[in-house]
Amino acid sequence: MTDTDQERDRNKETAFYKFTQQTLPACKPVLTPAWVITIFLFTGCIFIPVGLVTLRASRSVVEIVDRYDAECVPESFRIDKVSYVQDDSIPKNCSRFLKVHKYMKAPIYIYYQLDNYYQNHRRYVKSRSDQQLLHGRKYHGTSSCQPVEFNNDHAIVPCGLVAWSLFNDTFKFIRERAELKVNRKNIAWKSDRDHKFGKKVYPYNFQNGTLIGGGKLNPRIPLSDQEDLIVWMRISALPSFRKLYGRIEEDLDVDDVVVVHLMNNYNTYSFSGKKKLVLSTSSWLGGKNDFLGLAYVFVGSSSLILALVFMLLHLRYRRPYGDTIYLPWNRKSLSV
Amino acid sequence: MEMTRVRKRSIHLSKLYSLACFRPTPTDEHAQIGQKGYSRVVYCNEPDCQEQIRLNYRGNYVSTTKYTAVNFIPKSLFEQFRRVANIYFLVAACVSFSPLAPYSAPSLLVPLIVVIGATMAKEGVEDWRRRLQDVEANNRKVEVYDKRSCSFRESKWKNLRVGDLVKVHKDEYFPADILLLSSSYEDGVCYVDTMNLDGETNLKLKHALEVTSSLHDAEMLKEFRAVIKCEDPNEHLYSFVGTLHYDCQQYPLALQQILLRDSKLKNTDYIYGVVIFTGHDTKVMQNATDPPSKRTRIERRMDKIVYVLFSTLILVSFIGSLFFGIETKKDISGANYRRWYLRSDKTTVFYDPRRASLSGFFHFLTGLMLYGYLIPISLYVSIEIVKVLQSIFINQDRAMYDEETDRPAHARTSNLNEELGQVSTILSDKTGTLTCNSMEFVKCSIAGTAYGRGMTEVEIALARKRGERLPEPMPIDDVDSGTSVKGFNFRDERIMNGQWVKEPHSDVIQKFFRVLATCHTAVPEKTESGEIVYEAESPDEAAFVIAAKEVGFQFFVRNQTSIKLHELDLVSGKSVERVYKLLHVLEFSSARKRMSVIVRNPENQLLLLAKGADSVIFERLAKHGRAFEAQTKEHIDRYSEAGLRTLAIAYRELDDDDEYRLWEEEFMKAKTYLTADQDVLVDELADRIERDLILLGATAVEDKLQKGVPDCIDKLAKARIRIWVLTGDKKGTAINIGYACSLLRHGMKQIVITLESPEIEALEKRGDKEATAKASLASVAQQICDGKSQVARELLTGEPPAEFGLIIDGKSLTFALDKSLVNRFMDLAMDCATVICCRSSPKQKALVTRQVKSVTSKTTLAIGDGANDVGMLQEADIGVGISGVEGMQAVMASDFSIGQFRFLERLLLVHGHWCYRRIAMMICYFFYKNITFGFTLFWFEAYASFSGQPAYNDWYMSCYNVFFTSLPVIALGVFDQDVSARLCLKHPLLYQEGVQDILFNWLRILGWMFNGVLSSIIIFFLTTNSITGQAFRRDGQVADYAVLGVTMYTCVVWAVNCQMALSINYFTWIQHLFIWGSIALWYIFLMVYGSLPPTLSTTAYKVLVEACAPSVLYWITTLLVVISTLLPLFSYRAFQIRFRPMEHDRIQILRSEGLEQEHDTAQRLSESPESPETRISSDLISIRIDNLRASPRRKNS
Repeated sequence: MTDTDQERDRNKETAFYKFTQQTLPACKPVLTPAWVITIFLFTGCIFIPVGLVTLRASRSVVEIVDRYDAECVPESFRIDKVSYVQDDSIPKNCSRFLKVHKYMKAPIYIYYQLDNYYQNHRRYVKSRSDQQLLHGRKYHGTSSCQPVEFNNDHAIVPCGLVAWSLFNDTFKFIRERAELKVNRKNIAWKSDRDHKFGKKVYPYNFQNGTLIGGGKLNPRIPLSDQEDLIVWMRISALPSFRKLYGRIEEDLDVDDVVVVHLMNNYNTYSFSGKKKLVLSTSSWLGGKNDFLGLAYVFVGSSSLILALVFMLLHLRYRRPYGDTIYLPWNRKSLSV
Repeated sequence: MEMTRVRKRSIHLSKLYSLACFRPTPTDEHAQIGQKGYSRVVYCNEPDCQEQIRLNYRGNYVSTTKYTAVNFIPKSLFEQFRRVANIYFLVAACVSFSPLAPYSAPSLLVPLIVVIGATMAKEGVEDWRRRLQDVEANNRKVEVYDKRSCSFRESKWKNLRVGDLVKVHKDEYFPADILLLSSSYEDGVCYVDTMNLDGETNLKLKHALEVTSSLHDAEMLKEFRAVIKCEDPNEHLYSFVGTLHYDCQQYPLALQQILLRDSKLKNTDYIYGVVIFTGHDTKVMQNATDPPSKRTRIERRMDKIVYVLFSTLILVSFIGSLFFGIETKKDISGANYRRWYLRSDKTTVFYDPRRASLSGFFHFLTGLMLYGYLIPISLYVSIEIVKVLQSIFINQDRAMYDEETDRPAHARTSNLNEELGQVSTILSDKTGTLTCNSMEFVKCSIAGTAYGRGMTEVEIALARKRGERLPEPMPIDDVDSGTSVKGFNFRDERIMNGQWVKEPHSDVIQKFFRVLATCHTAVPEKTESGEIVYEAESPDEAAFVIAAKEVGFQFFVRNQTSIKLHELDLVSGKSVERVYKLLHVLEFSSARKRMSVIVRNPENQLLLLAKGADSVIFERLAKHGRAFEAQTKEHIDRYSEAGLRTLAIAYRELDDDDEYRLWEEEFMKAKTYLTADQDVLVDELADRIERDLILLGATAVEDKLQKGVPDCIDKLAKARIRIWVLTGDKKGTAINIGYACSLLRHGMKQIVITLESPEIEALEKRGDKEATAKASLASVAQQICDGKSQVARELLTGEPPAEFGLIIDGKSLTFALDKSLVNRFMDLAMDCATVICCRSSPKQKALVTRQVKSVTSKTTLAIGDGANDVGMLQEADIGVGISGVEGMQAVMASDFSIGQFRFLERLLLVHGHWCYRRIAMMICYFFYKNITFGFTLFWFEAYASFSGQPAYNDWYMSCYNVFFTSLPVIALGVFDQDVSARLCLKHPLLYQEGVQDILFNWLRILGWMFNGVLSSIIIFFLTTNSITGQAFRRDGQVADYAVLGVTMYTCVVWAVNCQMALSINYFTWIQHLFIWGSIALWYIFLMVYGSLPPTLSTTAYKVLVEACAPSVLYWITTLLVVISTLLPLFSYRAFQIRFRPMEHDRIQILRSEGLEQEHDTAQRLSESPESPETRISSDLISIRIDNLRASPRRKNS
């Protein structure tokens, strides 16, 4: 080959030429048995430890769950719980005794948990006005808040079904006759408080209608400080959900008994939803949920088993790759 | 084919030599002038006169665009919404303004607008290109007569009006349909090249009326006034009816006086003419019809899949609305509202528990929109983009670039790319496709002595087949160090350089070459350098004249009465001029198979010089003219065995007596006779004089094979593509060429179906057409049966069964394609590896193509280069035109054009295979990703009491198809390759993946869909169970609707992109960029979108930055979900590749184990022959495959 030839060849090798001729340098991984086994083993070796670690984190969380909706209704009203909860004249207080079975380190998070409550129903989700929450009565395009938009021809602030159905059970915690301090600040997302709920927007004409949904709001506190409302208005993902109520900032010892005085105001009886009170510590991973860890272990061990099966089959059926007997157009002849 | 071509030319020649008696005669049609259909009136040279203006004929402006600036928007929109899927999305977008919509209207509209906009932009660009071509044509210049200044002025084509007088110069195109008035020749003739109209390369002679042929100078034209009344614009290229009113007389006009737009003036300095039809009224524009639009198999199946998805959509929506209805109905029991927080007491119809069934119905509509993600909105536009890019790669491929003609491969339509990977039958033309159609005079036999020492490629191939050892193959192309002449490849020192005078029969040799130099219809033309080139219609003829010239009989002038030669004078040894008076031409026709001229030589001898098929000439020899018959016959046999085209050469001395004069008189009379049986009469008279010939010898012309044809066909055969050759040649030639290009191989058994049996010929002679037809049909049926049983026997006994080649001639084909036989015939043909149809007409070619297509119901590809292949190209699923010498007609009708036949190998095995694989994978993947996404929405619905609340933010969803998943798919569709080009060519069997459609069968499609459903289940359930319920961060916050949406969406984006990475195994930086870039884009999008004010970003506000990113659970869940979705596919692939590998898997593994070289040298290797080792190994493999072969063709029987 002469010099000019070589030069021409080199020019041909330029990136663009390779691009147009579809001969760009490429990585072409092939699933050879070695790779397959390696990948399976690798996945297994990563997933099982990760699973065990997360499982441990989940197990380290101490959680007390107490369902109170059924037992907080006096015996006499148990047949018609709905009318009990709707009747304002009947006192709704109720006491629950929670026994701490394991040391709980502060902060202990208090959640209320509702079941069978479709906060993610389309009608419910859409029935709010983010603009109004931010700008208050100045904002008029609140048609999305139907059917809770006006009352007596006055706009409702905050409007919409979500706000109207605000959860209004309250909890008081007493340990050994002393009230546990519950911090109810900073339970909502910071961005919500700062940017979604107006600092100068005050509740107006709220729960003044004939039909009263859930909790009422103090009209003197701006929406951005109404953290219960803010938490409630963060729509839950699934029909069974927990929402943050507050934090106990004291440790709880084993065998401590916490007495909960609660007001059982909120109606879940008409749709037979459960109400639960949850006290939980947290780990680096969050709350108590073994599922993730188990899933990791399951996937990890599956891939180990697959690696094993593959390896056995591979050794059992040794066969050169030149064999074309299984090519689809050859297979038919075998079966004939 | 050659026959038809020659025939057409002979028509013009008959005119050439009977000019004296030429008079257009009024026909019956002329009586209709002025009536309906014949109402056009043209005032010649008076385009401004009142009458002409009142008629208001269209101008010469031509527009071939589909759209105009005004109608582009509505018309292209209309085109777009003819697609079912697009209509669905349009309706969905309209409904999205109603409260039914689960999403906000803009989030539905934007993707639709993007998609429709992209398609419209593509249409617009294509149309713009057409417009540029139009503009170029409309602004070409032509000289128009200006009466005021009495001179010709340049004008643009588009300004031409009916009635204008124009002057067209040599080699210019005619701007409109023009009536020829006069030309630079005194008698008003001109030559026209009609290649653009009918693809014929021969020149056609046009002739002006005698009364106008004297109009020569501008002054005379000033006074010229005439009126033409003629037919209305129509599409018939071969007829014209009109009259010229001039000087108070009427003259009938015929096609002879009409010069059609898009044809070219040749061999004539200039012509004058009157514009009759302009612009869209011209015949060529009237002829322009849209080529049949072809859709690919994959696209048709894709439509079915879209229907399946639509059904799924309806089913899923129905299930959703059913549950919704039930749930809603339960909301009221007596006076109590169950879910009081929904305020069912104060509700609209959409959620009204008292009208639950109606709510359910409305919810069904909502569902149709919500699950609309099952239908991939961007599928069509993505496929179109991908196909255009694929075509660009095909066009750019240097390995398919023909340096000789400077033509790259060209994908003329981009929507058939993947069909290239599924071709099961190739129907090929022979001349110009397999062979070059450049005839070379290589051998001759004169006076019983064979001359010509070269060895043809066919001979070499034949020798190789027989296993003979060849002497060093002579490089045929570069003979005698560069003095090679096109069309002449004759080497024999006994003849060349005037040595022939020393040969024993030098007088015969002299006569022989004189016949070659005079008995033809070529026209000489002097080039600027003084060389003489010949314009002949068939390349055979040119080869003869060139051969005569090279030997020393230079033909240099032809006029209507004489032919002049430069010859070597035997006595003086000098070149002298000899004039032969040309008296008559007895033209060539396929029936006569011969041509002769009657000339008077300078010695005043009257001679009849003849050339023709050996069979015809031999039976007409005089007793004393058979001196060399035996040897010549032997030579002819040997030549035709070598794939050469042979003609016998003979002459006769005529007596200048009364007998001849009598014959001449009768002949002249017959020629002017204007009845239907004129031809028969002329033939009969010609037959009477072409007798008692004296044989001189025979010629052998090589129809050169194109470069690389045998190797290419060999590869295609190894890819198990069936090849049919449809040719106009005779049986012997066709079989020889078949051997030469390895269509027929050694050890192949031939089944020949022919009607050349004595009984049928006898019947034919008797002229009993009905009986002949009946007997022929029976005979063909019998032969087909015999062939079938032969094949059956072979399959039973043969070890291994031999392959079969079927050879059938045109006449038998007519009967074989008869309704009663066609199935049996196709059955037999499908059992044969090679089928050669010889002597077939263009119509038969198209018919055969249609039959093959319908019987096999597999993809057919037709390849050809001439106008006679157009029917075949359009009929086949894919038409490939060879942009060779035979004009552009075939290329214009084709879907792909290539410069050489051998590029077909790369076009099919490499590009076809790639494109098929890419499109198939792409579509499967498209459905996968949309099903994955759509079904997560459905699962979420189940947890939102089917209320129609989408799981994700509106804008995440609209961006799904457009941003986060589209680019990798396009990269897959454009760049993916399972194996490199070199390996594609080395393992032609890989091609069967496309033919058998194993990458796009229903099992695979459903498999991908199942995978999609599986992925969605894994994503939804793993995510919800992992992150909801408990606190998902250390600070005790719980995951809400927004967080779940983001997490699930993250998993979907990761999963579908990683599935893509898993299912391809070809990563260049492009793939990496697109796949990982798409995932990165999602996070970037989330950050940007999340930082917008909360009123715009709603649930996405700071969701990544504030909520998800700080949560370990979010990341760890993503990892779990993504790996879990990949595991099923990965395991399947791992086991399938190891235990049920497909061909491409096998090759990939071979490559990865280093058994196959891949890089490299691909270029160099494809040019040099395979090394012996690789050839042996691939042969071994193919033999093994043959042993195991399950002949898929048997399925059809």
